[in-house]
Amino acid sequence: MRFALSSAPLDPAALARDTHRSAAGALVTFEGWIRDHNEGRGVTALEYEAYGPLAQAEGERIALAAEERFDVEAVRCVHRVGRLVVGEIAVWVGASAAHREAAFGACSYVIDEVKARVPIWKKEHYADGSSKWTAPGRPAPAARGT
Amino acid sequence: MAEAAHGSARQIKVLYFAGLRETRGDPEEVVSTAAGTPAALYRELAARHGFPAVPEGMKVAVNDEIADWQTALASGDTVVFLTPFGGGR
Repeated sequence: MRFALSSAPLDPAALARDTHRSAAGALVTFEGWIRDHNEGRGVTALEYEAYGPLAQAEGERIALAAEERFDVEAVRCVHRVGRLVVGEIAVWVGASAAHREAAFGACSYVIDEVKARVPIWKKEHYADGSSKWTAPGRPAPAARGT
Repeated sequence: MAEAAHGSARQIKVLYFAGLRETRGDPEEVVSTAAGTPAALYRELAARHGFPAVPEGMKVAVNDEIADWQTALASGDTVVFLTPFGGGR
């Protein structure tokens, strides 16, 4: 299984070991962390809700496509669901390859495609006690992250 | 509705996530409907539950795969309306 949803905290070191292969001279990883602000507002927690069957199938297709498009040994991605607080990792992507260029390419491809195609919704909980489901695609004045 | 002819009702399971789930107050329901497509079904449910007009970027899944809004629905299908998700850069 190349893609997984997890309600438990992620262990990046263990995921990296699982993604590495003896033929790989490069391992590129991306970690999306819960940040304490978004669009000028203080954020205390995020809630991720997935449409499980489609998220799983789409995530698997993305990772498989990355393995076909790039000269990599392995690709893995795990996305958290449930309520996460600032400082937790929400999504982890890893790609191992003989050489770094393919590993960077595959890792970047996977996180971009996951954000666009895997049905996982995000609710931001703010420092003032309010909350809202976020919608993508709006141009923002400041850089936005996970 | 003109399409609500007798005997044409379909039993459709609808799953709700995120904002629609909160507005609906339930994660799923089975509806008996004359709507023959996801587009017609959404109009019907939006009127009943107070959902927003189709938001830009909303997608629909039928039986756990992304589908066209004009796909023909059959009794027993499971439909999910996917409000915009993801994002971040």
